[in-house]
Amino acid sequence: MSGIPHDHYEPTTGGEKWLHKRLPIVGLLYDTLMLPTPKNLNWMWIWGIVLTFTLALQIITGIVLVMHYTPHVDFAFASVEHIMRNVNGGWALRYLHMNGASLFFVAVYLHIFRGLYYGSYKAPREVTWIIGMLIYLLMMGTAFMGYVLPWGQMSFWGATVITGLFGAIPFIGEGLQTWLLGGPAVDNATLNRFFSLHYLLPFVIAGLVIVHIWAFHTTGNNNPTGVEVRRTSKAEAEKDTLPFWPYFVIKDLFALALILAVFFAIVGFMPNYLGHPDNYIEANALATPAHIVPEWYFLPFYAILRAFDDTVWLVQLVGFLTGGIVDAKFFGVVAMFGAIVVMALVPWLDTSNVRSGRYRPMFKWWFWIFVVNFVVLTWVGAMPAEGIYPVIALIGATYWFAYFLVILPLLGVLEKPDVQPATIEDDFNAKFKSSDGKDGAPAASPAE
Amino acid sequence: MFKKLAITAAALTALAGTPAIAAGGAGYVTDYAFSFEGPFGKFDQNQLQRGLKVYTEICASCHGLQYVPFRTLSDEGGVGLPEDQMKAYTSNFEVWDSSLNDGEGDFRQAVPSDNFPAVNGVGAPDLSLMAKARAGFHGPYGLGTNQLFKGMGGAEYIASLLAGYTGEEKEEAGTVLYENKAFPGGWISMAPPLWGDDLEFDDGAATDLESISQDVSAFLMWTAEPKMMARQQMGLTSVLLLSLLTVLLYLTNKRLWAPVKKKAKAAGQPAE
Ligand code: HEC
Repeated sequence: MSGIPHDHYEPTTGGEKWLHKRLPIVGLLYDTLMLPTPKNLNWMWIWGIVLTFTLALQIITGIVLVMHYTPHVDFAFASVEHIMRNVNGGWALRYLHMNGASLFFVAVYLHIFRGLYYGSYKAPREVTWIIGMLIYLLMMGTAFMGYVLPWGQMSFWGATVITGLFGAIPFIGEGLQTWLLGGPAVDNATLNRFFSLHYLLPFVIAGLVIVHIWAFHTTGNNNPTGVEVRRTSKAEAEKDTLPFWPYFVIKDLFALALILAVFFAIVGFMPNYLGHPDNYIEANALATPAHIVPEWYFLPFYAILRAFDDTVWLVQLVGFLTGGIVDAKFFGVVAMFGAIVVMALVPWLDTSNVRSGRYRPMFKWWFWIFVVNFVVLTWVGAMPAEGIYPVIALIGATYWFAYFLVILPLLGVLEKPDVQPATIEDDFNAKFKSSDGKDGAPAASPAE
Repeated sequence: MFKKLAITAAALTALAGTPAIAAGGAGYVTDYAFSFEGPFGKFDQNQLQRGLKVYTEICASCHGLQYVPFRTLSDEGGVGLPEDQMKAYTSNFEVWDSSLNDGEGDFRQAVPSDNFPAVNGVGAPDLSLMAKARAGFHGPYGLGTNQLFKGMGGAEYIASLLAGYTGEEKEEAGTVLYENKAFPGGWISMAPPLWGDDLEFDDGAATDLESISQDVSAFLMWTAEPKMMARQQMGLTSVLLLSLLTVLLYLTNKRLWAPVKKKAKAAGQPAE
């Protein structure tokens, strides 16, 4: 592995040497575990471990659930109840899996916001970022299809609404939708293919996670200063870094245990809090629920989707210019997917050559508004699309796009960045000097 | 951008002034205190047995419990019927068995491994999961804090529904509708099933309308979430163990980093 100089694995015993010549797997694991890691990582750098753990949790609980689940429209709902009532510990597996999805998304959003604030997406980590975005997209697909499997009312109607979005694509939409569903409407064929893909995609995610880790192990971790580790010699690098094991493993495990305590409290005491009661009613194509609401982690994008109705002048203009081919529905779909695309392109949209938001006085403001905006979009996505709510959604959606397409490109030119520390070591030492009770502490990062 | 913020803030305050009707015209739900609420809550076995009686004598003619196996009536932490009583109770039911009569299917006497029969015909929904399929509490303003503090309120909703008839009736498209304070929309097609003093209990418990409504609601909470006691037990144990692990890891981490931080402090001191 290129990158930060450090000690590598040396096989000592005869057996180790034998294996190392044929398959250097121990060396690979050793180098992965002993990776030099910036000393000054703060608590926002724990989400990677939480995400890895959650992926494993979901795969393990999922594999066991599949042993008792029946992917058929007549039996799916009942088989979930069978799991809840007759399978030993089935209720625990099911509730862990169900809430595990929420934990997954809490962690991934915080992980993404960490990346956005500290500029983790900037050169040379663009590939890490892009792979991360792919993982995130696959997570959304997996979660969406997983939510269909219990075959409750929200499963069915959520699937109907979301696959209906593809139907909004001009010309090919209807054919595409039918092809995706395996028929004219959400039915047994849909359930079966969603089940198949819901089982497949987590393993694709696992593969991408390995590539994600490979990529940032090649470039080295970013850190709260955004300053690179000195890597002219091993001695220099060691001033800025500590090996991942044990320093960061123990730190991350501590954070993980704390988060899991909260997670198990939710599973144990309020497992249905994040779900929708309607999903305890079996799917019924003849009864539409009063409000079709996706899972909370889709709400910001659902809000963006619904923000662009045909009262928005931009939508009207585009509709007029395209002779009606791009209607409000299709516009909304493009906006929803576009919101993720612009986020994926942020390495090339952000023009500032300062990595960390800590040293970007103007950026900070816009970033925190972005975070608040995200929360507002989540909230408004759950509200009915009437009254003041579409207006709020529209403001939020506009800010989302403005942040990536206008604010970040301009800030790089307009902003005068603060002074960055020369090295990670300086930053780390300064932190402990100031914690000694002296004044004049450098501004602590908000995420710490 | 601050203008935008101001608009949003103004919009939020404006919202705070409007009634929460937006969330589907939800009805009025009383926050009854059930014994199973909270992390240390327990099902009240006597209450569940009374609720089973209400269900059997009154609701079962219209509503099924098709996901509930009879044998679970003997489960600990739930209704807890003695084995023989459970078997005797089960034998009062007939279930459809499609393997009988050379594959044509026929009714037979129920055995403990069977589920309660489904009841179709009058258009009454199955009650197995009703207490989880309804939320009694909503909002405020889509924030979900009411459910966080009061619980989802499924059982409260059912109890409020049963005790929430006003006595008004109207006919619409050939169906009689009854006015009900708890039902979303205000008019339900189920005739008031309970009036108070509809039956008597062996334990001499109160039989007024609100009491029996709560009894049957508690029972329906159990049918919806029969493993609730085990779940809360697991929650408690795992939170305690994880908290212990958290403390141990915190101390380990502190000790592990202490020399590194000490060195940093020493290096940081003379500089500047
Ligand atoms: C005479 C038949 C009948 C009896 C007896 C009966 N119900 Fe119903 N019940 C119905 C019908 C019909 C509906 C559907 C009402 C509607 O959706 O308008 C219903 C609906 C319900 C609902 C769902 C309300 C909602 O939110 O959709 C609950 C809960 C309920 N009944 C509980 C009970 C309980 C508990 C009992 C026994 C104490 C009972 N019912 C007895 C016919 C009956």
